[in-house]
Amino acid sequence: MTWAGLGRILLKTVALFVMCNLLFALTFPLEGVGRLSLYNTLLPGRDRLPYGENPTESYSLSLDNIPAMFASHRVSRPKAADEYRVIVIGDSGAWGWLLPPDQMVTAALNRQFSAATRPISAYNLAYPIQSLLKDRILLDEALRHDPDAIIWLVTLDAFPPAQQLYPPLVQRNADRARAVLARAQSPLDAADPRFVTPTTWDRTIIGARRALADVLRLQVYGVAWAITRVDQAISETAPTVQRDLSADEAWGDITTPRALTDADLSLELLIDGTRAAAEADAALVIVNEPIYISDGANADLRYNSWYPRWAYDSYRAVLAATCTDHALVCLDLWDVIPAREFTDSPVHLSAAGTHQLAGFLFETIEAQS
Amino acid sequence: MGFDLSAIACFIIAACVVAFLPGRWRGWALLIGASAAVYLLQPRLPIRFSDFILPTAALAFTVMAWWWTRAPDQRLQPEDGIAALLIIAVILSLSINRALPPEARFMPARPPELLALVVGILVCLLIGAALWGIMRGQAVAERMGGLIALLTLIFIVLKTEPWARALSGAWRGATGQDVALASALDLNWLGFSYLAFRLIHTLIDRRTGVLPALTLREYVTYALFPPAWVAGPIDRAERFAADLRALPTMRAWDADRFARGGARIAMGVFKKFVIADLLAVGVSLNSITAEQATTPLGMWALVYGYAFRLFFDFSGYSDIAIGIGILVGVQLPENFARPYLKSTITSFWQSWHKSLGAWARIYVFMPLTRGLLRRQRKPSAAVIVGIGHLATMTLIGLWHGVTVSFLIWGVWHALGLYAHKQWSDRTRVWVRGVQARPVRRRAWALWGWFLTFHFVALGWVWFALPDPAQSLRVIGRLFGVGW
Repeated sequence: MTWAGLGRILLKTVALFVMCNLLFALTFPLEGVGRLSLYNTLLPGRDRLPYGENPTESYSLSLDNIPAMFASHRVSRPKAADEYRVIVIGDSGAWGWLLPPDQMVTAALNRQFSAATRPISAYNLAYPIQSLLKDRILLDEALRHDPDAIIWLVTLDAFPPAQQLYPPLVQRNADRARAVLARAQSPLDAADPRFVTPTTWDRTIIGARRALADVLRLQVYGVAWAITRVDQAISETAPTVQRDLSADEAWGDITTPRALTDADLSLELLIDGTRAAAEADAALVIVNEPIYISDGANADLRYNSWYPRWAYDSYRAVLAATCTDHALVCLDLWDVIPAREFTDSPVHLSAAGTHQLAGFLFETIEAQS
Repeated sequence: MGFDLSAIACFIIAACVVAFLPGRWRGWALLIGASAAVYLLQPRLPIRFSDFILPTAALAFTVMAWWWTRAPDQRLQPEDGIAALLIIAVILSLSINRALPPEARFMPARPPELLALVVGILVCLLIGAALWGIMRGQAVAERMGGLIALLTLIFIVLKTEPWARALSGAWRGATGQDVALASALDLNWLGFSYLAFRLIHTLIDRRTGVLPALTLREYVTYALFPPAWVAGPIDRAERFAADLRALPTMRAWDADRFARGGARIAMGVFKKFVIADLLAVGVSLNSITAEQATTPLGMWALVYGYAFRLFFDFSGYSDIAIGIGILVGVQLPENFARPYLKSTITSFWQSWHKSLGAWARIYVFMPLTRGLLRRQRKPSAAVIVGIGHLATMTLIGLWHGVTVSFLIWGVWHALGLYAHKQWSDRTRVWVRGVQARPVRRRAWALWGWFLTFHFVALGWVWFALPDPAQSLRVIGRLFGVGW
């Protein structure tokens, strides 16, 4: 080897690397890359969308590439001819926080459908952050997978306008979020500085290395998922839901009890979601998910650590009125699960609580199908 | 900083700097680099000053071993004095780390105050001199034996969890730290395992008169050579010294050397930081995943994943070490030669961690079997081979840690090697017949590879899991038992 030869190799390497980066920046195929997946072919599809704060224990990770998230999910398998496909979206309660995949709500639903010998399959497409805009973005992607019915589990904390742009998943999928806001004619600011718009550098392979690595890691963790069927690190010593409550009646920025109005809640996203589902020929049921109702200290002021009574009661009234006014199919299950079936937060259910919730949803889906 | 990508980058830059220095300076630069790297690579430890004291002890042992292994007619040269002063200068200059703000510190260790450091060095010298005073009258064999015993004792204490914890507790007590927090991890003395092997090799070779005369600079650079400090390979002193002596005449602008070294480093980085690290997070046997696997197929995937992770991790490190060595003009020995493609367990051990295997063969297997053969009532050849394999592989097992799991792993391989030796001795003629026919030869080789790989892979189950009962359960589950 001579210096000239070594120089030629280095020069070609650098030239090739620069060209690849430029080509990548021009086409920015991150979403296309996300659709390339080992799941549902070499690896079994996941039972819920990947989310993980500690990937080495949960064999799952949080990433922003929505096509990659969906490609890893078993919903991406081809739909059988006689399949009635039900999709569940929502927050961490619907996702199944602290529950293994075989105990989450869709698994309980599938067991009930199977026992009733109905060709109905439920898919969990919830994601553990409260934001209707996040749900709405995921709903758009879910509609590409030909659902027949959609169950949208919501709770009050997903409604405040200030909450909508909070999730990083929303901020880093700015184009999708803006499309939803425009379509829903939402008053939320489409030019909000929290939206991440990639620069030219961010669009190169080097700039997007983290996002690319996440897609790769998702595939690698898929092997561990296939072997263990673990997709969440569940601690045996999880904290229990707070029973004794503070006397504070504030909810978010509202410190004095008053009636909530449409301006306090991003209802337009809910309405638009129903419209989008209808256009895709899918029935959508909005479910006000069960909450923990405390009987501890200050239970006369608050239902739980999240919700003062005045705010939650007012929210239920507004939601009911909206459902009536816009002919939305709504189901209010806020108090159907006993307090003992909540785990670490006012919306996280135990396996038994989830099973009970699935029973209520089963009846609704039966009626829809 | 550990042997991570930033350390590797530093080593590459340092290697290039050394290579471009005037020829006569290169050896000295390597000595300074080796002395400093022992401290730079040592991870931070919770016991006060221990992360400075342990590297200093490594240096002290190395200097002491050099002193004791000098050839009988070897006189002290001015070069040795300069080397000693340079080593002390390195230790003292590293103490500047103490005065730096946390964000500017260049190594994890926070050294003691300068005065304490000077006193510490003087104490080390006095202890060394006292030991020499006691031992100098002894025969060479006893002198070397004493130091070998001391190194072995330290090694055993560090690798035996209860003893290491007890030592940590005593040390914590002496520094006024909480004894209840004592842990064997407190004594994570990076590189000591390999250092002990290198020093013992020179001590034994001095005893047998094989070791050539080495200057202090050559000896310290050999024992502490930074690329091989963390994970080997274990070179031989005489071979290493030959490379060192050729450094002054090495061509600085040698494109071939840079191409070979660079390619080797790139290969090692890819193996270690891409393949091995991905396998580590995605599919690798450990005490948690062993309980989480839901099917025998999944369990096999974990075992295979662990086997390949171990190979790519370890051979990746070796490639990086060899590559950096090439850049600086030192050709470290190869450590791996496609071990998972071998068709017998014997050839596997001739190609897996070759430098450790060679060390164990030269300093354990051969002396032991020779000793047994010399006995008046010598055992049968089969027994001698069995004892030799058992002793060698048990030692290699326990080198990883004095635990039942590593012991079983060592015995597992000893039995494999013994069984293969007996089998090959008894089937030589038959195998020759098989070898004569190409199709049968290939089929036989394929069967041999399958058997060898799975024997090794099952052995890793003992190696990977700290609880032998869990290992046994996993092996049962691999074959569908115990689900």
